[in-house]
Amino acid sequence: MYSFYKNINIIGAWLLGFLWLLPLLYAIWASIHPIEYQVKFDLFAPLTLYNFENAWSQAPFARYMFNTFIYVTMTTSCQFILCSLTAFAFARYEFPFKNILFGLVLIQLMINPEIILIENYKTIKFLNLIDTIPAISLPYIASAFGIFVLRQAFKTVPKELDDSARIDGAGALRILWHVYIPLSIPTFLAYGLVSISYHWNNYLWPLIITNSEETRILNVGLAIFSMEESGIEWATISAGTLMVTAPLIIAFIIFQRQFVESFATSGIK
Amino acid sequence: MITKIKKHIPVILLLSPGFILLLTFVHIPVVKTIYMSFFSTPKGRKPSKFKGIENYEHMFSDPIFWKVMSNNIVYAISTIPSSIIIAIIMAQWVNSKLPGRPLLRFAYFLPVVLPLIAVGNIWLFFFLPGFGLIDQVGSLFGFQNTNILGNPDQVLWGIIAVSIWKESGFYMIFFLAALQGIPREMKEAAIIEGANSWQMFYKITLPMITPTLLFVSVNAVITAFTRIEHLFTMTGGGPNYNSALLLYYIYENGFEFWDTAYAITLSVLLIILLSIIGIGQIFLLDRKVHYQ
Amino acid sequence: MNIIKLLIISLTVVITSLSVRAIDLEFYFPVAVGGGAAQAIEKFAEDYTKLNPDVNVKAVFTGSYTDTDTKFLTACKSGTAPATSVMIAVTIFKYIDEECVMAWDDILTQDEIDNWIGGFYPAFMANGQVDGKTYGIPFQRSTPVLYYNKDAFRAAGLDPENPPKTWDEQLEVAKKLTIKDSDGNVSQYGIRIPSAGFPYWLFSAIVYGNGGKIMNDNGTETYINSPEAIEALEKLVALSTTEGVMRPGILEWGSTPQAFFEGQTAMMWTTTGNLTNVRNNAPFDWGVAFIPGIKQFGAPVGGGNFYLSIDTTEEEQQATKDFVKWITEPKQSVAWTKATGYVAPRAETWESDEMKEFLKEFPYPAVARDQLEYAGPEFSTYEQPKTVSIFNRALEAAVAGEKDPKTALLEAHAEIDKILKDYR
Repeated sequence: MYSFYKNINIIGAWLLGFLWLLPLLYAIWASIHPIEYQVKFDLFAPLTLYNFENAWSQAPFARYMFNTFIYVTMTTSCQFILCSLTAFAFARYEFPFKNILFGLVLIQLMINPEIILIENYKTIKFLNLIDTIPAISLPYIASAFGIFVLRQAFKTVPKELDDSARIDGAGALRILWHVYIPLSIPTFLAYGLVSISYHWNNYLWPLIITNSEETRILNVGLAIFSMEESGIEWATISAGTLMVTAPLIIAFIIFQRQFVESFATSGIK
Repeated sequence: MITKIKKHIPVILLLSPGFILLLTFVHIPVVKTIYMSFFSTPKGRKPSKFKGIENYEHMFSDPIFWKVMSNNIVYAISTIPSSIIIAIIMAQWVNSKLPGRPLLRFAYFLPVVLPLIAVGNIWLFFFLPGFGLIDQVGSLFGFQNTNILGNPDQVLWGIIAVSIWKESGFYMIFFLAALQGIPREMKEAAIIEGANSWQMFYKITLPMITPTLLFVSVNAVITAFTRIEHLFTMTGGGPNYNSALLLYYIYENGFEFWDTAYAITLSVLLIILLSIIGIGQIFLLDRKVHYQ
Repeated sequence: MNIIKLLIISLTVVITSLSVRAIDLEFYFPVAVGGGAAQAIEKFAEDYTKLNPDVNVKAVFTGSYTDTDTKFLTACKSGTAPATSVMIAVTIFKYIDEECVMAWDDILTQDEIDNWIGGFYPAFMANGQVDGKTYGIPFQRSTPVLYYNKDAFRAAGLDPENPPKTWDEQLEVAKKLTIKDSDGNVSQYGIRIPSAGFPYWLFSAIVYGNGGKIMNDNGTETYINSPEAIEALEKLVALSTTEGVMRPGILEWGSTPQAFFEGQTAMMWTTTGNLTNVRNNAPFDWGVAFIPGIKQFGAPVGGGNFYLSIDTTEEEQQATKDFVKWITEPKQSVAWTKATGYVAPRAETWESDEMKEFLKEFPYPAVARDQLEYAGPEFSTYEQPKTVSIFNRALEAAVAGEKDPKTALLEAHAEIDKILKDYR
């Protein structure tokens, strides 16, 4: 009986897994075969790398890759610093209007940047930052999600550690740096990965705010494959998608154990 | 007074960088947005005029607004529970010792890293009539002329399926973390007491993952109202608004029709709606989380 | 000796580059068709900058037409618009309304107005001019044509060199081309007229072919409630309902060529922007013909024009003008047609040796050019994207069977009229 249930579970888990993998499997299929096989599944279809060459040649993807890397690293590291400071205040200090202020932070969680696109564009223009990589990052740095999860993590740090550090005369920043952050590394990792996936796939704001090859990110470059007027070329789109997401997919394969474990031990639960 | 402020200097210093950014990129734009919802759309050199609540009256008498709103409610009611339930099942599977666990975990999480703007095209292919994947597989079983995205009664379900695919894996990670945090002794004790797997889930797992459930559901509500990239590539909200969601309608009014006043009015509604649901849920969640 | 030469050259280069301050000429361009559109534009920009060192053309790829529109208007409203931008031709009234673009006439000499502007096909100028002033210079222009599978024609016993010329002929041919298997499942439909996204475009071809019009030249009134339009929609809907020669439901635009390649449909209506795509990917013998009309030939034009930003210095305007004039010259225009399948918008291009050479190996673009004689403007009014959207949704509702054709069009007309009456 027990093994019967177990088998059902195995079958169910793998069926679902297969279903979930289908778009990737299809993308692999379409990208490594000639375009005439993009909707025909023939085991003996010839293999080709043409779609990758073709996709790669349509835009300066190497440069986009570099820009994306800079953008994502900059955004995530600034989020870490800024959210730590804010989260620390909410986790360990008592002050007037604390709940209201926290509510004001959480508003950011609800506001899609697209809703306030025009206002944000005006702000960036006022700061004279249009068409720069920092401009893509800025609206996202004070992340309510980050503040929320870090605050949760900081709250689980034993108060005694904090108190003893204070008795030793350490200032707020030193306590944060030497006590809270080291104990919350898993949360930082987990949040970092969520943030990286989000920004890697960000589209509308980077499209609006950047104009040049030196600032464009990969996902915006992908738009070059979606043809409104002529037909959809799944082979090219698939190759482009795989190219753009490969770094993330590889990173996830390598780090998935650490990633899941860090989630497990982080305050995000 | 001064000593009172002095006492709070560390807090002020800690909070100010974050709040400067939040004010610049969230609060001031939001307040401006709400303010602008009482004015007409400026055009060229024609400045906007004060219109009072006319924009709101227009919204409530706009049949398309009601259509996208009801679509969005159906969409939320369908995607939120199903993606959460699937996420919990996935987390259970990935947490147990099934063969090929790393690959399963990878499969479930994959949609999170695939950009929806591109994958939308792949899903489009799956749904296409005649030579789409569903029809190709279906023809083996004798049905082959579906046109899910081209049928006003079915199109929303196609969009819902893609959304469940996209979100479940993300939520799974949170539940997985929660499951791994359940002390082993609790499970062992339950097994000794002869609890079956359903009782185990109901009596131990569920209470232990309740905070996660709340946190995930906040996220899910927000996502159900704010993630629309797949609409752009798959349906464009059509046929005849049958797959359009509220944010899509906002986007269409704001950046296609450039009727910013109306887009802003719709946004205000969305902001209020999400703030009530979201903040409510979070404060509820905050109270339930247990800290050491 | 060599070193001295090199020194002198490099010194000259340094001095010239110091003395001539290059103008930066930014322009936005969308990509709407496959093939090498983006690379072709990048190459134009590069070549032009090489020929004119005092101008630095910076071509900015801005995604789809809609993305480009969003980006251009966002930039315009904040005062950072590029000097020029390729955008969809029919949005002209909106750009004027928002005071983002200016008429090219203001910076052209009379001679240029007569000879340069006068050299474009009138059909393409129709969506680029308002009150006798030119706001859009035709660039990536197209028109829908009928593509048909010659092998399927042969298999059905039809003459592959004699494609249908009228709506009735088309229907008759489509019936012969529709193939059902023993279970009654259709394995090949006769025709496919896609209806998702922007159905108004192909629909207006049917209206023109029925001797009707869809709007007035000032963009202040539409005629989509006319008997010609209603009959056109009834005929379109009948294809997939009573006649059964087209797949029922809304048919996606972007996958239409693939449906053609897969033999799912033996004929399709789509843009000439697909010529390169079909040429590269159709696994059978195929042909192109005029859009068959109910009473006469007729088709709308479509595609994108060059717009001139209002927010430009005189220096930028002159540089923009020179660049746009250059890019519409026969040599560049032929290269553009070859890369994309867009219809070259000037008669002189079609007279050039390069074009004649190209047509010898691939004659179909000429079909599109010849059809221009019967072409009308694309639907274009004030409050453009909104009116088009109302129009589109009405057509979708009719094709999907939610509303009957007459009600759908009458309702849409009334709704559009309410918006447009402010502009009369």
